[in-house]
Amino acid sequence: MSADLPGPVMVAAGCGGTGRELEPYAGPDGLVGLDLVTRSITLDARAGGPGPRVAEVPGGLVNAVGLPNPGLEHFLATELPWLVRAGARVFVSIAGSTMGEYADLARRLSRAPGVAGLEVNVGAPDEVGAGLFEVREPYHSASVIAAVRREFPSDRPVLAKLRPDVSRIVEGARSCHEAGATAVVIGNAVPAAFPDGRAGGLSGPAIAPVALRCVAEVHRALPDVPTIGCGGVHDVRSANAYLDAGADAVQVGTALLHDPTTVARLRAALAPGPRNDSRPAPPEENR
Amino acid sequence: MPDERGPARGSVHPSVHVDGEVVATKRVGGYRHLTLTAPGVPERFRAGNFVAVTVAGHVARRALWVHRVRASSAFGPTLDVVVEARGSGTAWLAAQPVGARIAITGPLGRPFALPKDAVSCLLVGEGYAAAPLFPLAERLRERGCAVSLVVSAPDEARLLSALEARRSARSVTVLTADGSVGQRGTVADHVDDLVRRSDADVVYAAGPHAVLRSAAGAAERAGAWSQVAVETPTPCGTGLCHGCPLPVVGEDGVERVVRACAEGPVLRGDRVRWDALGDDR
Ligand SMILES: Cc1cc2nc3c(=O)[nH]c(=O)nc-3n(C[C@H](O)[C@H](O)[C@H](O)COP(=O)(O)OP(=O)(O)OC[C@H]3O[C@@H](n4cnc5c(N)ncnc54)[C@H](O)[C@@H]3O)c2cc1C
Ligand SMILES: Cc1cc2nc3c(=O)[nH]c(=O)nc-3n(C[C@H](O)[C@H](O)[C@H](O)COP(=O)(O)O)c2cc1C
Ligand code: FES
Repeated sequence: MSADLPGPVMVAAGCGGTGRELEPYAGPDGLVGLDLVTRSITLDARAGGPGPRVAEVPGGLVNAVGLPNPGLEHFLATELPWLVRAGARVFVSIAGSTMGEYADLARRLSRAPGVAGLEVNVGAPDEVGAGLFEVREPYHSASVIAAVRREFPSDRPVLAKLRPDVSRIVEGARSCHEAGATAVVIGNAVPAAFPDGRAGGLSGPAIAPVALRCVAEVHRALPDVPTIGCGGVHDVRSANAYLDAGADAVQVGTALLHDPTTVARLRAALAPGPRNDSRPAPPEENR
Repeated sequence: MPDERGPARGSVHPSVHVDGEVVATKRVGGYRHLTLTAPGVPERFRAGNFVAVTVAGHVARRALWVHRVRASSAFGPTLDVVVEARGSGTAWLAAQPVGARIAITGPLGRPFALPKDAVSCLLVGEGYAAAPLFPLAERLRERGCAVSLVVSAPDEARLLSALEARRSARSVTVLTADGSVGQRGTVADHVDDLVRRSDADVVYAAGPHAVLRSAAGAAERAGAWSQVAVETPTPCGTGLCHGCPLPVVGEDGVERVVRACAEGPVLRGDRVRWDALGDDR
């Protein structure tokens, strides 16, 4: 992957708090050089959904957090400058309810100092992102990416984050890449239900095989499209599964909620450099 | 009330994630007390902090109040927690033997704010949740505050023993809903009277939402400040997931939703929007 692309280990959207909460666990260098995707930022503030927002299920979590965030204005004034000062490479996740909102977000973020790149959330599981632009059709996702790409400098990456739906993923990855996405993030939480039937998104180790299948399919069909694996990464083995399937990087979400030091450990174990498969395997942590 | 908690967790006293070990356990009534090593956690602890622990085979973490810290023991610094086995995680924790290793993150959350002056304080706790009031009582006494402690429970088995607290508290009141020990009744039944009798300037409360709400209400009626330690489900406990919504009114009068684990769990009672929070715990 080219130099300005993130990896091999990133913090997944919505699982790193505002960044500050991660700092005590980020290792000796703190957030310096850490590729961090913010929680999804919308133009206007969102309070998020009612509780309970998260339920525990075997191997994962079901969440309907509802994209709580302070809105772009406040984010630009407070959270972003803090992250930049802390030395993180900030990828701002954006979500909008219209195509115009995505474009607006991209334009204003292109002028904000310290934004390394954007991640466009076009794959929120239904209702978790209630009120978001309907992007289930690859054609729609691609239009959003194109709109964002027009507003954001071409020398900085725009990542398209898609839902890990194996029946649509190759088409989605292709159209987003053609629309200008630098890489595709595969994927978001899997549409699921809380035990009481409420809609939510499933994340954690339980979904790793689902997202892995999607990464493998995309890599096979579109070997030139850079991919970032996201779903259930929690240790070196699960990260390597994505890298071995052709992903250029991985994102860590739910595992941070279980153990906030996960990213620090994976960064140390998977330090950048040519991948050398004969290197001794780093010790596996037990969970 | 002056807030001496300083900046929120993360800047001055960063929390740590460590491998802890159970060094002692005992059953007391309906609860299991665990003494744990957790290098770095006891040293950073302030009353009202909690720890997040990992339960084998579970993704979400479990929050536990810190009941006591010892600066030194045969095992080095330790902390005590009180576990009521209710669901899968607390049942697992209560069953851990001496020698078991448990991943612990802490100390977490905003602690109780301490008054600057030697004022009169009423501490009201119900069930295991009274746990954080004991180290609070010690700190308040060190500051010369007059401490009145109320421990309440549905029944005797779920009453946290107040024996040790008698050193820090000027008075100790025991309430059980079924009258099995102490006075009969709930916090809601007695709290106005207790606030009046203790002439409290500050009311501290820990327990189910109904207890917190009645204590906060009594404080307000008496013109006292209140600090409540709120329990809501906390999937991560570390502020990362935004999964622990707590409806509040900000200092600016604006309603918002904050993270219970990061902006709480201790808040001014008059800041919590109780109707929106519900009665879950
Ligand atoms: C700040 C704080 C301090 C706490 N201190 C203590 C303590 O000192 N001793 C003690 O025994 N318990 C304490 N609890 C509650 C404890 O964390 C348990 O998580 C909770 O009661 C349910 O866990 P479980 O595994 O037994 O139940 P399960 O039913 O297996 O839990 C399932 C899921 O629901 C969540 N959950 C459900 N209800 C609650 C609730 N009321 N509060 C928190 N999480 C909930 C759990 O975290 C878990 O993810 C505290 C909670 C908080 C927020
Ligand atoms: C609590 C929580 C909040 C999340 N918030 C966002 C978000 O704001 N934007 C987004 O694109 N994805 C969000 N996600 C999805 C994750 O970034 C990730 O794609 C998904 O959880 C799968 O990865 P994991 O198994 O490593 O968690 C969230 C997930 C969780 C569990
Ligand atoms: S429990 Fe995750 S942010 Fe509070």
